[in-house]
Amino acid sequence: MIEIRFHGRGGQGAVTSAELTALAAIEHGKYAQAFPSFGPERRGAPVMAFVRVSDEPIRTREKIYEPDIVVVLDPTLLDIVNVVAGLKDDGVVVLNTTKSAKEVRQATGITAKLALVDASKIAIETLGVPITNTTLLGAMLKATDLLPPSALEGPLQVRFGRIAGKNIKAFQRAYKETIIKE
Amino acid sequence: MAKRVGIEVSLAVSEAVKLANVDVVAAYPITPQTHIVEHLSELVADGHLDAEFIPVESEHSAMSTCCGSSAAGARTYTATSSQGQALMLEICYIAPALRLPIVMSVANRSLSGPISIWNDHSDMMMSRDTGWIQTVAENGQEAFDLTLHAFKVAEDSRVLLPMIVNLDGFTLTHVIEPIEILDQEEVDRYLPPYKPQMRLDPENPLTIGPVGMPEVYTEAKKAQDEAIKGAKPVIIEAWKEFGDLFGRYYKPVETYRTEGAETLLVTMGSLGETAMTAVDQMRAHGKNVGLVRIRLFRPFPFEEFLQAVKGAKQIAVMDRALALNGYGGPLATEIKAALYDEPNRPYIWNYVAGLAGRDVTVENFTEMADGVEAAAADGLRSGYTIINVRE
Repeated sequence: MIEIRFHGRGGQGAVTSAELTALAAIEHGKYAQAFPSFGPERRGAPVMAFVRVSDEPIRTREKIYEPDIVVVLDPTLLDIVNVVAGLKDDGVVVLNTTKSAKEVRQATGITAKLALVDASKIAIETLGVPITNTTLLGAMLKATDLLPPSALEGPLQVRFGRIAGKNIKAFQRAYKETIIKE
Repeated sequence: MAKRVGIEVSLAVSEAVKLANVDVVAAYPITPQTHIVEHLSELVADGHLDAEFIPVESEHSAMSTCCGSSAAGARTYTATSSQGQALMLEICYIAPALRLPIVMSVANRSLSGPISIWNDHSDMMMSRDTGWIQTVAENGQEAFDLTLHAFKVAEDSRVLLPMIVNLDGFTLTHVIEPIEILDQEEVDRYLPPYKPQMRLDPENPLTIGPVGMPEVYTEAKKAQDEAIKGAKPVIIEAWKEFGDLFGRYYKPVETYRTEGAETLLVTMGSLGETAMTAVDQMRAHGKNVGLVRIRLFRPFPFEEFLQAVKGAKQIAVMDRALALNGYGGPLATEIKAALYDEPNRPYIWNYVAGLAGRDVTVENFTEMADGVEAAAADGLRSGYTIINVRE
């Protein structure tokens, strides 16, 4: 079972990221569970969303304490949230950042495997808005073997309808541009 | 053909209500039930469900409207949570007394105060004695299946009682997971159209719900008590029929790895899954632990429960509500009463856990199993503990 934690700010689409990942996994024949951090929703406040993906039925409802993958939608969260809390030793951190791996490690002390992408830039250029959720899904799939990238296209199509094309483009571009550092 | 889809559990419940082809939905939105009602209002507005959607001004009005529409012979549905159910509670007592087969989803949530929107079973316990049949879902699939089952049972001429399907707020309502959604043809094979035994009809006037003078009140209540007790065989029969048609069988009390178990955990609702994982881990370490899950809460399945715990030395009962100043949580108290007459009754310790969304982990269940064994070994007078309290 793979456990994923998304960190974002209210309105950036962390919950949508979690939902799309679960929907893609289920469509792909796997078992999955996606859930938000339950509570009042506030635009701009740090929020989390969670996903479990497994080949077997998932039989737990506890929160995710030791994720395999952490995805950070907003670079400013690194200063205020310990995004790697509980991360497994062989876990991976997917970051929206303009910094190099060396700079990120110096600034945050993160030692885990990194997947870095300038998601804000891709989102602005492709979607016209700094909503980085679909972009970071591309980076996440590049950094892990969770699902083949094609698995996301169906759920993206259903969720975004008219603007699905742009989101799929952002997703694919991030998949190409993401830099992985062990 | 049934289709396996990734869907939010709330929406799956709405889909079940749509497939049940209800005539009237009267509901007021409240967290965490909101998505169920929102989706139903969309289904009606978009023409996918031919029903009256009545956006009432309060839950008190919701249940009043449901009583009226059910008495007129319409298949009637509503949903609520917590404070909303508290507000409708006055009318919740009326529906079973009038033998109105209304179906209601309750997205279980704590009761204020302190003000809280998070999940526990306080609302389920608040409505315990209203006379509604109550089932409890453990996952999204069950929430879907039990909703269809509820219409089947409630409207059965041998039952004619309203029925609540409990599903944990957020922990189930807001989770996306794979659920097999039956198609219309399949549901129609299981659930026939509602044929009311009698109904309010201007052409054939009758009185429903008159005053019960002291000369008849006791008899009316005795009849109601017999009615809900007598519903159990129909509840079981409707589960059997569901299983024969769709391959998913349900029972009033479910057991998991109870063979040869000296210690049993007892849960109700979605935490049963977490408890299963804990049982697997403990069994892997050679500990003789099993799990008993209560799916039918009202009428309480006493015989099935006694059968399920037979041979156990000690039981850890988890409650997700407090009975303030009581002898333990409501579920533990019920179970203790059930076991009072048993000559070799097991030792019981009660754990109150998961109040208002406080997480209950796999490790917590291991602690409960260890705890009840230690308490039994020490010969402690049976009691209860609220776990995960910061002190």
